Amino acid sequence: MSREAAVAPATTAREEEMASSVSKGAVPRLSLLALPFLGVLAVVALWALVSSTVVQSLPSPWKTWETSRPYIIEPFEKRGELDQGILRFTWYSLVRVAKGYGIALLFGVPVGFLLGVSNAFRSSFDPIIQILRPVSPLAWLPLGLVIFGKPEPAGVFTIALCSMWPTVLNTALGVRSVPQDYLNVAKVLKLSRAKTLRKVLLPSALPYMFTGFRLSLGIAWLVIVAAEMLTGAPGVGGFLWQEYNALIYEHIILCILTIGTVGFVLDRMMGAVEKRLRTA
Amino acid sequence: MTILELQSVSKSYGKTAVLQDVSLKVEPGEFVAIVGFSGAGKSTLVSLLSGLQQPDKGSALFKGEPITGPGPERGVVFQNYSLLPWLTVFQNILLAVEQVFETKSKQQQAEHADRYVAMVGLTHARDRRPHELSGGMRQRVALARALAAEPEVLLMDEPLSALDALTRATLQDELERIGRVSGKTILMITNDVDEAILLADRIVPLSAGPAATLGDSYCVDIARPRERVALNHDPHFREVRSSLIEYLMSTKKKKSAPSREIATPPMQAQPELSV
Repeated sequence: MSREAAVAPATTAREEEMASSVSKGAVPRLSLLALPFLGVLAVVALWALVSSTVVQSLPSPWKTWETSRPYIIEPFEKRGELDQGILRFTWYSLVRVAKGYGIALLFGVPVGFLLGVSNAFRSSFDPIIQILRPVSPLAWLPLGLVIFGKPEPAGVFTIALCSMWPTVLNTALGVRSVPQDYLNVAKVLKLSRAKTLRKVLLPSALPYMFTGFRLSLGIAWLVIVAAEMLTGAPGVGGFLWQEYNALIYEHIILCILTIGTVGFVLDRMMGAVEKRLRTA
Repeated sequence: MTILELQSVSKSYGKTAVLQDVSLKVEPGEFVAIVGFSGAGKSTLVSLLSGLQQPDKGSALFKGEPITGPGPERGVVFQNYSLLPWLTVFQNILLAVEQVFETKSKQQQAEHADRYVAMVGLTHARDRRPHELSGGMRQRVALARALAAEPEVLLMDEPLSALDALTRATLQDELERIGRVSGKTILMITNDVDEAILLADRIVPLSAGPAATLGDSYCVDIARPRERVALNHDPHFREVRSSLIEYLMSTKKKKSAPSREIATPPMQAQPELSV
């Protein structure tokens, strides 16, 4: 009975997949590339129109390109502390994100496991987590500055604190969703607690955890800009704020596009790993 | 000496009595089948014997000692296979082997696991994962995993009921062979009367739930190896079959009357609550 129920969604999912691949096949391959290109073109045209008519202070696409060119052509160039290639700035930001994100995972996974395994722990800490979760990075950063006294650790602290929650909650969900059947197998085989954790709980919860990791990385990248803007640290967000103050508005757009592209690439990379785990 | 025993065991979930006053004795080397309707509490019976659950009243004994928890001496084949999907066929079986034969070397453990992979005819699928296998193959892995731990008793909870008829027949023949060759004590739960007669030495019917209980057992005196085709013409087979079905149906009829009475009290209580 339960098996039939488990099989049914799988077949419908496969049917959907087939249906979608059929509809994809119906669209000529050319338009798969051409349509997104047309979309981009339309947005750029609108941008050009707006910048030349309504909002004169908005840099035009062409002017943005002209001004940004040295930063894109020589992306790793270092001409001065505040004047570096865009990928060099991106690299600084990525390193900062990696630190904060690493700390987030380091704390988030065990906390999530405890929330998933122990009802007492969940009852104790779930309310406080729900309260801390929606707090904006802009609110955490000053507190980080107070605690650490220096902008760099304060930024990392903010990233870690803000990006931790999806990992915590998804890990907890993953652990709670381990099928009773698998736990029964562990019981019947008399696996030790450590072995049950390693051989049953962890692999079973891993796909959920990875969804958490992916969401966390997205947030970590979202927070970086705010953290750098407020601390003035060199990075893509710091550059953006500095160029705003220097009245070079073209670079704001360059930074926005860079942040978006990097975020997109990161998400796709995590998505690819996640997909592999799901089929396992 | 009795190897498995239930002494007037009762078990309920909340207010629903699932099993009531169930007694059973299984002798070493016996193949016992318990036949009953789905939802009658057959799986609960296996849970009690495997030690995953404890009885509310009465006691479950293994070799005269109370069963306090699961153990490798009582192997379990679950209805839904319960294979770990991230492990291959070999690894699923090895997990059990490592646990039971801790003292053996890695090499010996691997050889042991491979022997059981071969026993259920899955050597070609050794390194595949469960989702790449058919239902019948998965159930074979589950069987191999249980047998690889070399348990004294094999408890099978509707091992074949999720399979299609043809696969089911093949695996029934295989179970018949394994039961005969290994000489292990086997307790199988099933909802298929023919399957029970084909495989078991003794059949115990479980009356319809709620508050199901075991009826008198039927001995199956048909020589082994049993041929499913020849069986259909065996007068003893027909006799056992018809009296089993008659018994089961009669309990179903009896139960449907009082069960309506059970449903009435909460209905009457409802208006009082809304006032």
